[in-house]
Amino acid sequence: MSDPRFLVTASPHLKGPATTPVIMWNVVGSLVPIIAAAGFFFGVGALLVVASATAGAVITERVLGKKGSLLDGSALITGLLLGLTLPPGFPLWMAFLGGFFGIAFGKILFGGLGQNMFNPALLGRAFLQAAFPVAITTWPERAGGFWHINAENLSLPFMSAGETDTVTGATPLGQMKFEGLGTDTMDLLLGSISGSAGETSALLITLCGVYLAARNFLNWRIPVSIFISVAVLTALVHFLDSSYPTPTFMLFSGGLMLGAWYMATDMVTSPVTNKGCWLFGAGVGALVVIIRLWGGLPEGVMYAILFMNALVPYLNRWTQPKVFGTRTREATS
Amino acid sequence: MAARRRTFRHGVHPPELKELTEAEKIRRLPFPDEIVLPLSQHTGKPAIPLVAAGDKVQRGDKIAEADGFISSPVHASASGTVKAIELWPHPDGTYKRAIRIAVDRYSAQAPRPRIVPHWEGLSPKEIVKAVQDGGVVGLGGAAFPTHVKLSPPDDAKIDTIIINGCECEPYLTTDHHIMSEYPERVHLGLRIMMHTLGVDRAMIGIEKNKPDAIEAIRATLPSDLDVTVHPLTVKYPQGAEKMLIRALLHREVPSGKLPMNVGVVVQNVGSCAAIAEIFETGLPLIERIVTVTGLGVERPGNFIVPVGTKVGELIEACGGLTEDAHEIVFGGPMMGAPQASLDVPILKGVTGVVVLSKDETKPKESYPCIRCGHCLDACPVFLNPQLLGQMALAGLYEETVDAHIWDCMLCGCCSYVCPSNIPLSQLFQVTRTQLRRLQAKESAAA
Repeated sequence: MSDPRFLVTASPHLKGPATTPVIMWNVVGSLVPIIAAAGFFFGVGALLVVASATAGAVITERVLGKKGSLLDGSALITGLLLGLTLPPGFPLWMAFLGGFFGIAFGKILFGGLGQNMFNPALLGRAFLQAAFPVAITTWPERAGGFWHINAENLSLPFMSAGETDTVTGATPLGQMKFEGLGTDTMDLLLGSISGSAGETSALLITLCGVYLAARNFLNWRIPVSIFISVAVLTALVHFLDSSYPTPTFMLFSGGLMLGAWYMATDMVTSPVTNKGCWLFGAGVGALVVIIRLWGGLPEGVMYAILFMNALVPYLNRWTQPKVFGTRTREATS
Repeated sequence: MAARRRTFRHGVHPPELKELTEAEKIRRLPFPDEIVLPLSQHTGKPAIPLVAAGDKVQRGDKIAEADGFISSPVHASASGTVKAIELWPHPDGTYKRAIRIAVDRYSAQAPRPRIVPHWEGLSPKEIVKAVQDGGVVGLGGAAFPTHVKLSPPDDAKIDTIIINGCECEPYLTTDHHIMSEYPERVHLGLRIMMHTLGVDRAMIGIEKNKPDAIEAIRATLPSDLDVTVHPLTVKYPQGAEKMLIRALLHREVPSGKLPMNVGVVVQNVGSCAAIAEIFETGLPLIERIVTVTGLGVERPGNFIVPVGTKVGELIEACGGLTEDAHEIVFGGPMMGAPQASLDVPILKGVTGVVVLSKDETKPKESYPCIRCGHCLDACPVFLNPQLLGQMALAGLYEETVDAHIWDCMLCGCCSYVCPSNIPLSQLFQVTRTQLRRLQAKESAAA
């Protein structure tokens, strides 16, 4: 006697406004100012690097991913983030390869969106760091205006670019590590320093990150705990031996801002529990400090996050919420 | 006292959608031509019929007797002739035995004269008996027999009665209008309950979005009793018993236990008014107040409806369905049960009829879980819906028991917030059905 006019579905019959594509496209939107800043600081070469990393990621997702999976925007984010972590003078073909590797091995191989253990953008970058250690640590001095393209950018696959005219500079972290030189905090905040395409302006990245946090598109506990952890540990070390950098320098230099706001907060590869997020962030911060101060590399954000990604299943298990009514007997006033 | 936030942790903020019927005064509708009264309108054993086809019944007559203590009788909600006792579509989606009564069109619908004893002269036991004989069940939706709540075991020390006027479900304005239009009745019912349970303290919790109800209840507060009114933060599911107790008393009902384990009895305002009515007029629970609302109804409103009215006739009286009506839900849109037929009768526990439009029921695309953790932040009982959902999808039903599937209230908060539109709450309903089947199989094998 059921009436075909009526739909019969299980409750609840209302649905909230947030959807996964909305989250993803908001992240993409919030990256636009950071990409624009990369263009502003490093010229069109940096934009080409971001574009080719993105092309690598998106094309790989289109070819290997599930049908229609491009529309959720996650592959685009992976590509953009990868591009932003690369040096502005990076060969374009390598950037493309990094995008391919990040998506193919970092995501599709695990089963697509939501299944991967490691942040695909960082996995792509880790691959590039292992495969092309020189290219990824060559930081061109900003020169030549917006339309200037570095010769390395256009080098052909597996060919040396030969003698180039590019003047290379050192990043603030490199200077600190190898020469013991500090950098003006204002420059670090605004981004007028050498470094990866999209990592230089700490202030801009923070603004974009705060927007996402305010709309609940990222868990604010992760960046906050990373900052607290880095600041506290660095302050401690700096207090004991003042030849180590100050907390301000550590917070605003290198890839920490982009890593803390955009990489570590990747929902798929961070813990689901809030307590887990605090631990996750604290761990990332501690590893960043350890790698930067005592490791062989000047920068450690990437490895710190990838390492903590591997711990996420355990963090989730250790921090399962206590079910209502099973917690310690509260005061029955 | 410090300004403690009167609420619970987690929960969601769905749109309230109450403006459709908020200003509509409660109205009475003409009697329908037929009344269908299922023998099972409550939690517990179905009632046993006392009439047979062809019998004449008068409005208010007992036509089915309670089968044991955890059961409730059924009364004729209109005068007429018993047509048949047969299977009929029940709001839970099955067919259940029901008494069909052809309503006498020319009857004055007057109940038989009866003697109404004054409640103050009755012992608690006698009041409990009168409440059971009156067929009163929880009118907030669960339809648990009210008299059972009024007779806690001897070892339970009840110190507080909480009256639930939250009505946190979107769309519904039933309890709202009971409070704003019949506040004295609510207070009388509460007074009788306090007398029955021997409790000195009572609290009335009302969400802040009903200022006129708060005002009306406050204005009629008895001066000789310790009854307080507590405006509560508007948040779903504030009206869930455990959340309400937590908000008002900061007590946490232990997992798997009842409110009486922390010394509390919770009653819905409607049940409270129904108890009062028994001792005011002597009439049993034969009608209730129902909000008929939603974008799929032409003229939404709040109505006094004889129990057993078919939903189709009720909607007809509201001007009928609109063009794009698509889903009929008994109760609120968050936890309500969908109805497949217009012949389903309104039961004692039906708080509202919400007709959703095609626009609201449009299927939305699902995406893979991105482990955002929003469901964990929404779950009012602190489960991990993400994990439970994965277990349910993988068919690992027995594993969900250790993950506290039975603590889930099926409030739907997780499904509501999930950005990937994974039907979590729906999966848990399936899981629990499967678990019950497994249990039945095991006990059959044993």
